Amino acid sequence: MSPTEATSDFEAVSETSLSKRERYRQTLDEQVLAPLRIVWSDWRARIALFVLSIFLLMGTVGVMLVPEPSPNQGPALVGAFRTLEHPFGTTYSGHSILSQLVHATPPMLKMITAGAVFTVVLGTAIGTVSGYKGGAVDGVLMTLTDVALTIPGLPLIIVLAGALQGSLSGNPYVIGLLLSVNAWAGLARAIRSQVLTLRDAEYVEASRILGVPTAEIISKDIVPNLMPYVTMNFVQQARAVIFGSVALYFIGILPYDSVNWGVMMNSAQSQAGAVSSPEAFHWLLVPMLAVVLLSLGLTLFAQAADRLFNPRVRARHTKTTPDEQHEDDEPDEPTPARMIR
Amino acid sequence: MNYIVKRTAQAVFTVFAVITLSFVIIRLLPGGPADYLRAQLIQRSGGSLTQEQINQRIASQTNIAVDEPLYVQYVDYMASILRGDFGTSVWYSNEPVIAVLGPAIPWTVFLMATSLFIAFVLGVTLGAFMAYREGSGFDVGSTGVSLLTNSVPYYVIALLLLTFLGYRMELFPTGGQYASETTPGLNLEFVLSALHHGALPILSLVLASFGGWALNMRGNSIRVLGEDYLRVARLRGLPERRIALRYVGRNAILPMYTGLLIAIGFMFGGSIILEEIFAYPGVGYYMIQAINARDYPVMMGAFILITVAVTIGVFIADVTYGWIDPRAEGGGTRESY
Repeated sequence: MSPTEATSDFEAVSETSLSKRERYRQTLDEQVLAPLRIVWSDWRARIALFVLSIFLLMGTVGVMLVPEPSPNQGPALVGAFRTLEHPFGTTYSGHSILSQLVHATPPMLKMITAGAVFTVVLGTAIGTVSGYKGGAVDGVLMTLTDVALTIPGLPLIIVLAGALQGSLSGNPYVIGLLLSVNAWAGLARAIRSQVLTLRDAEYVEASRILGVPTAEIISKDIVPNLMPYVTMNFVQQARAVIFGSVALYFIGILPYDSVNWGVMMNSAQSQAGAVSSPEAFHWLLVPMLAVVLLSLGLTLFAQAADRLFNPRVRARHTKTTPDEQHEDDEPDEPTPARMIR
Repeated sequence: MNYIVKRTAQAVFTVFAVITLSFVIIRLLPGGPADYLRAQLIQRSGGSLTQEQINQRIASQTNIAVDEPLYVQYVDYMASILRGDFGTSVWYSNEPVIAVLGPAIPWTVFLMATSLFIAFVLGVTLGAFMAYREGSGFDVGSTGVSLLTNSVPYYVIALLLLTFLGYRMELFPTGGQYASETTPGLNLEFVLSALHHGALPILSLVLASFGGWALNMRGNSIRVLGEDYLRVARLRGLPERRIALRYVGRNAILPMYTGLLIAIGFMFGGSIILEEIFAYPGVGYYMIQAINARDYPVMMGAFILITVAVTIGVFIADVTYGWIDPRAEGGGTRESY
């Protein structure tokens, strides 16, 4: 003990002191490195990061390296893995499928981002306000949510796309929003029930007594606790946008201004009958593999990200904070990833 | 009882909301169906139709009398939809929409109900076995397969099945609902033919969704297996069969029942794409045809029918949930997902 014995706990001084640099290093370690280490410690996450980086690279660097698709890049309907020049083969009109695949990636990433961000922001906002405010606001918002939850998403999107045929543009951001038109409802419900329990937590009550404004309580005390749900839903909606956009482009009812995996599948079927003729099958198969691979990456990422928000797993991977107790067995609590499919 | 009344009110409200939404889409969307029909009529007639005649045409097709005040249009539209009058088709030589879509409804419901049932039963059974053999090779393998199939969209599976089983091996028909030489009715040939034609669409949905159910069931069962009441049940010497079915099975399935609510909507959405791929004339097939032909009355009719079907499905699931799980009577259990 120090010579100046503290008389009460309030006068106690920390026994160790941190320099500014050490503090920065600690923050960096807790906020950035620990999550990365957690992610890296899981094989699923490693595969996920690998797959997702491939697509990110395709969407950024790949677009510059691979020439834009144009007719007669090669002979018509070269099979996949036959020539080095056109590794994935060519289409009926001689487009290189690799070029199409790569140049379809950036619009897809834009669509995903728009749709997932929209869903997460709207779902969190409605769920939080509804749960925290309660009363009439809650009643109205939840009635709306229930209706939005019951209306099946894909038919609604198809009808909107059909009704807007004349005025809808192929802008990927707009398509992303359209594909997420009622996806916020599920998240809003989940968030609301979380907020209902958090609302009465002691530390929230303390903030309220201290006179902290409602907006600040919601943003500082409540929303950080909802991150697992938000992340899960972000990933899920990303998947939903991929599935939905490719399906609707394949069916041919969405407008487009650039190549898309679904458009590729559509032309493979409509121009060369890829389902029934083996010579054109690769044209259909390559974009389908891209969809499956990207969605598999996202699924695995969601499974691994689940662990990011588990404080115990997190503490174990932080190096600068003193070890408390190292529990080696994983706590088998119900985590959002397991509850939300 | 109160619970059922509340859920019924909610279902009725949803139907009203959907019809309202469809009114908004037809009438108020800029560049939407009403505007398109008007432009089309003016262009086709070359100016020979008077304003009044045009309005009359639009009214007979969409049930919306555009020259009335907006609230009258709305009330009229609502009334005619509730009477089962969905307007007249533009594409199918002015037949009433219900005559086009009506015969298609049972086929879509048949596809969806069968796939949902098979996927659920298969997934739950597999998940339970995986949980009982947790950590074994069987468990790891099945988890991998479930994760993988869960990442493959149903339409990709559908296209692969159609290519290989339909065209290359010619094991299954590549379109239609039943062979044309059979007579619809309760005879063996017809039923077998219908099953043969429905097999691939059903298989696509089952393969794409059983993995999700299995993973869900596995997680729930493992959680239940760790509960104290299970240890007590074992100590009481209850037969293993009873424990597995009554104690583990029941408690693990309950939380998944709400997942059914979401699955019903998902399945009906999926039916649209699948029916198009397999050229299976259900509601979704006509919906896509209608969109491509700009036959808006049929499109909106299909949308309303599908949504009402989903609402009824969700309603049934909701009400029976309160019956299966007595705790739900208190309300508020819907929040559990």
